[in-house]
Amino acid sequence: MSTMTFREATREAMREALAADERVFLMGEDVGAYGGCFGVSMGMFEEFGPERIRDTPLSESGFVGAGIGAAMGGLRPIVEIMTVNFSLLALDQIMNNAATLLHMSGGQFNVPLVIRMTTGAGRQLAAQHSHSLEGWYAHIPGLRILAPATVTDARHLLRPALDDPDPVLIFEHGGLYNVSGEVEPVSSVSLEGAAVRRAGTDVSIVTYGGTLPMVLEAAERLAEGGVSAEVIDLRSLRPLDDATIMDSVARTHRAIVVDEGWRSGSLSAEISARIVEQAFYELDAPVQRVCSAEVPMPYAHHLEQAALPQVADVVAAADALVGHRV
Amino acid sequence: MTATSEHVHGHGEGHEVDPRRGFDRLRSMLLIRRFEERCVELYSATKIRGFLHLYIGEEAIAAGVMPSLDERDAVVATYREHGHALARGVPAGAVMAEMYGKVEGCSRGRGGSMHLFSRDRRFYGGNAIVAGGLPVAVGLALAYRQLGTGGVVACFFGEGAMAEGEFHESMNLAALWNLPVLFCCENNLYAMGTALARSESETNLALKAAAYEVSAWPVDGMDVDAVAEAARRATAMLRAGDGPVFLELQTYRFRAHSMYDPDRYRAKSEIERWRERDPIVLARTRLEDAGLLDESAFAGLEAEVEDEIDEAVAFAEAGTLEPVEELARFVTSDPALTPALEGGDR
Repeated sequence: MSTMTFREATREAMREALAADERVFLMGEDVGAYGGCFGVSMGMFEEFGPERIRDTPLSESGFVGAGIGAAMGGLRPIVEIMTVNFSLLALDQIMNNAATLLHMSGGQFNVPLVIRMTTGAGRQLAAQHSHSLEGWYAHIPGLRILAPATVTDARHLLRPALDDPDPVLIFEHGGLYNVSGEVEPVSSVSLEGAAVRRAGTDVSIVTYGGTLPMVLEAAERLAEGGVSAEVIDLRSLRPLDDATIMDSVARTHRAIVVDEGWRSGSLSAEISARIVEQAFYELDAPVQRVCSAEVPMPYAHHLEQAALPQVADVVAAADALVGHRV
Repeated sequence: MTATSEHVHGHGEGHEVDPRRGFDRLRSMLLIRRFEERCVELYSATKIRGFLHLYIGEEAIAAGVMPSLDERDAVVATYREHGHALARGVPAGAVMAEMYGKVEGCSRGRGGSMHLFSRDRRFYGGNAIVAGGLPVAVGLALAYRQLGTGGVVACFFGEGAMAEGEFHESMNLAALWNLPVLFCCENNLYAMGTALARSESETNLALKAAAYEVSAWPVDGMDVDAVAEAARRATAMLRAGDGPVFLELQTYRFRAHSMYDPDRYRAKSEIERWRERDPIVLARTRLEDAGLLDESAFAGLEAEVEDEIDEAVAFAEAGTLEPVEELARFVTSDPALTPALEGGDR
């Protein structure tokens, strides 16, 4: 097992994919000569050249649409969008073409495209670089939405994403790039569904992506106080792995959803609804949610931190749930 | 005609008339015209629903461009694409069955009039987001260039698309990467109901496109021979690696924007003036003047087209409805059923 950062794991996954398949290429803003705005593709321009590490103009809709066309034309593009906020400029292509062409064409044209983008807050980048909008994308039939939270997943989830005949969006939380960890071999990693990151008996905490390290810390804190929390990392936001969630809830009888996205009309709302629909009689207490405050992300450090889900919030929610007796 | 664009007429005149090609082009236009006239009847009879955008008046463009394309090439079109699909060789029966929402339709009834697709013909829709198909055309051309297939991509759009950001992004990308895209701007002077001069600061569209260092010129879009000649020259440039090319094909739609449009924004006299340059009449007259077509030959052509449309309608009528149990199909691929067009390993 080797140790590397989430950034290096993402890069290694792309290097492996480009080396294995001539049809795979990376395209996006500053992915080439600059090395990627978050340094993810550093060195790949030199290794693979400008045709396969293709710098694009600032044309999100144009180059995402070009990725869709290239995918239908026989290539296997990885399109990088700098941040999820910028992806809104390409929403037409993602929604009206990538997600829709297979259906509109009656199954004739699939779009084997991978789009990677950074998501999330925590770096004082304010309200146009910090949001967690992956829940919006998880609303759209026809897309597969992945959110790697561990170095191992960053290293291994790209391959199945490229093998998928349909569009896959991978959301990389900007706060994870510098996280180091051991990469488990692919043979020991399931590439499908959610993962139980910590086993527990008193409460199920469902989360994904950038908030996983925080939730694991909260679980540790809870353990010190005698509360045993089970931590579920969704990994795939669409489709959702209902079975893993419900299995956990059936054992703990309490559930908290932790999501850096906003609460209203959200992924956390969807998960809560599914738990209520499918495991209502297993619950000993109402489902709880810990989400970001419903404000555009502020710049000032103290305000940004106040807007984001924190360890103390998760601990408080869990303590309250466990104290709630029926 | 409204003087809102640099108009060019009659580039096809003076070319030697090739009897077979001239006849084929006339037949192609006639099929589109009569097919759509039948669609109007069927719409009134409620056999066809939803939006129905007619191409009547603009047939010379599809009929003129398609013969320059071969099986390596792709077509990306808009929601006004019945003519493009027919001229590209999508069977009239499959197009009509699609209008009927039948499973025998070219998109299995999932697309309708605005979303005709054909894998066999590399016909990539049928895109109803104005300018939404342009980036896709750029990507197809990128793939063909990288894979060395020799294919080019013909991308059709109306002049209304030139106000969209995706037009500018796509022109820039295609020119920057020197991709074999034939941008076919069908300038019918109205973006739905808004006249060109009311929506574009620069109404010389070829000039506008040329700002991207793209070869661009205006073409008389009512003259099928002029269109065919421009397409021949443009595709030769694309295949030689001198792409992309932008053609401003000056045309006019004789009918309203869609079946819902009361057409209050155009003078009747303007429509009548354009009808005097009906592309079918122009092509027929040219063939007759050259002694290559007479009354009975034209009547024979009409009868042949009529038969083809009758068969298409019969095919659509006899078609079946996809079982509701299959509603959720084609949201994600069944890898066994939908391998990618290229590669075929998925």
